[in-house]
Amino acid sequence: MSEITLIEAVDQALAYELANDEDVVLMGEDIGKNGGVFRATEGLSERFPGRVLDTPLAESMIAGAAVGMAAQGLKPVAEIQFMGFIYSAVDQIICHAARLRNRTRGRLTCPLVIRAPFGGGIHAPEHHSESTEALFAHIPGLRVVIPSSPARAYGLLLAAIRDPDPVIFLEPKRIYRMVKQNVPDSGKALPLDQCFILREGSDITLVTWGAMVHETLRVANQLADQGIEAEVIDVATVKPLDMQTILQSIQKTGRCVIIHEAARHCGVGAEIAANLAEKALTSLFAPVQRVTGYDTIMPYFKMEKHYMPSEARIRRAVMDVMEYA
Amino acid sequence: MSTVAEFSIEHHQFLNEDNELSPSAPPFAKDFTQLIGLYGIMVLTRLFDGKAVNMQRVGKMGTFPSSYGQEAVFAAIGHCMTADDVLCPYYRDYAAMLQRGVKMSEILNYWGGDERGSNYQAGIEDFPLCVPIATQCLHATGVAFAFKHRSEPRVSLATLGDGATSKGDFYEALNLAGDWQLPTVFVVNNNQWAISVPRSIQTGAETLAQKGIAAGMPVVQVDGNDIIAMVHVLNEAMERARSGKGPTLIEAVTFRLCDHTTADDAKRYIPQDEYDEAKLKEPILRLRNYLHSNGQWDENKEKALLDKCKSDVESSVQEYLATPLQAASDLFDYLYEELPESLSEQRQEALEFAQTQGAAHE
Ligand SMILES: Cc1ncc(C[n+]2csc(CCOP(=O)(O)OP(=O)(O)O)c2C)c(N)n1
Ligand SMILES: [Mg+2]
Repeated sequence: MSEITLIEAVDQALAYELANDEDVVLMGEDIGKNGGVFRATEGLSERFPGRVLDTPLAESMIAGAAVGMAAQGLKPVAEIQFMGFIYSAVDQIICHAARLRNRTRGRLTCPLVIRAPFGGGIHAPEHHSESTEALFAHIPGLRVVIPSSPARAYGLLLAAIRDPDPVIFLEPKRIYRMVKQNVPDSGKALPLDQCFILREGSDITLVTWGAMVHETLRVANQLADQGIEAEVIDVATVKPLDMQTILQSIQKTGRCVIIHEAARHCGVGAEIAANLAEKALTSLFAPVQRVTGYDTIMPYFKMEKHYMPSEARIRRAVMDVMEYA
Repeated sequence: MSTVAEFSIEHHQFLNEDNELSPSAPPFAKDFTQLIGLYGIMVLTRLFDGKAVNMQRVGKMGTFPSSYGQEAVFAAIGHCMTADDVLCPYYRDYAAMLQRGVKMSEILNYWGGDERGSNYQAGIEDFPLCVPIATQCLHATGVAFAFKHRSEPRVSLATLGDGATSKGDFYEALNLAGDWQLPTVFVVNNNQWAISVPRSIQTGAETLAQKGIAAGMPVVQVDGNDIIAMVHVLNEAMERARSGKGPTLIEAVTFRLCDHTTADDAKRYIPQDEYDEAKLKEPILRLRNYLHSNGQWDENKEKALLDKCKSDVESSVQEYLATPLQAASDLFDYLYEELPESLSEQRQEALEFAQTQGAAHE
């Protein structure tokens, strides 16, 4: 079986669900004939005529119409071309998608998925590189899911589409084509609301998600040469948080570094660190550290490398924690 | 039943693709000094666009949107605005920006991934290029309100694409401008495509111009490849706005004779015959033929112009390529008037890691 990239895994999951659930419809800008600007919907408009909708250019319209479709029992999977253009849809997402179940006490629900590529590192133009998952993680009623490999993109996207509530599905575009994996088209979903332990270790826990999983794993492998065994956790669903898996790991290691590309202030890392302060203080041998994007505007691409959390910064944080007296 | 309102949409064209000038053409059609100036700007813009695209292909430029085939729209805009007016551009406005004093090296820096490309040394009240579609339309209304509020005879002008006319921001801006009778002009570059989405499935409306009617403003559709018609309708709209008679929506009909950006491949979705047909109508060839047939242009003048433009583009490219990188601290130093104390630690960290940063992200 041939190996596929993360973006191909997204396409494969969408195709599987279109074929197996006639309530699924895709909508977005350039997702039809063009197959999406990243080719996430390559070939789908031909295979599923009338169910892969090229919409007019308006994100609030996309989100709002998706709410109406979802209330009718369709399962819209909307693509926002880049996360940087999701903000005009936020009114519909916060005031409607996230609340429809609650405000009608379950009479109407909102089983929609909004997919968006996000994150930096591909030398994209202005507004194309931010990581603002925390904005959505802050909103009650939403799920925020971020895959970090082709297999998890496939399994988590299937789960997101099948989930009866709204899911913001953020795809780290820096790794769209970075790794290939064998991803059988089995239709098997992966669990939402659960972390994935990617590497076991007993000395320190590295908690991360999205594209930063790859820098973190590389650092963890280098640390092993120095005799430090790091446990690496891919959070995957950043809202709601599976703190149980993280807490169990901390009980074992007593040390934690959280790594995310998004800005630091009120980032999801802050929520995890707060949980650790509340629930694991006595297990910790050292203060929790965060390695994150700075609290700056995402720089244009000539300077973006200065913003992105590097392996050097991760290593330094790990050593600070390991050497904490 | 009675009819309470009736509307029609005018289409303006004076110079067609067969080099025929309409008898109703304005006197401007014989103002060859101005037309030759506009021709020069359009040629310069085309060479500039071509150079930027080529630089992207060899890794010296980021994703770049060309204005190839749509130069007349923006050349006319730059021509009809005064220095005191304010441009709220979208992202294909080079021919206008160059006339407003923005440097080619600045535009190259913007798309080359350097914030300093928006720190214009001329046209300093103009907004920078705007990527979030249609958002600039609202800025133009705010700018126009400020002019009106201070009783200044100035005009704001926003540009946008056909796809952008589907966004709420566009409708909201039109509505406000019509409601408050603001001195603003909206120019839609209807190049028939919003990336891969054709005009025909962008809206059910017959024209984009008519979207302004609902907002209570004069609207007009114009052949955006006819520089004479473009200048004519723009002058009227600018004059109306400047004299307190409110906003105008102009739909300029063009064709995107290039990929959406260098990250796009239009061959995937633009039918070849449609492209070929559109190319026959392109604005530069049309104006050159017109100047030629009026005895205003010849091979020598063409060659002299090309040489001059090429050397201007080349020196701008050299200036761009020679721009030194910013310091890592520049990430912080323009966020606020004064950097909050709480950020100084992060700023220090960025400086400290500046040397080692990035191997994995290059
Ligand atoms: C709000 C928003 N949504 C999506 C995009 C991505 N995008 C960039 S250009 C574009 C198409 C714009 O088409 P049009 O308005 O016709 O202008 P053109 O590029 O054709 O000149 C899209 C969808 C964006 N920049 N902003
Ligand atoms: Mg267009």
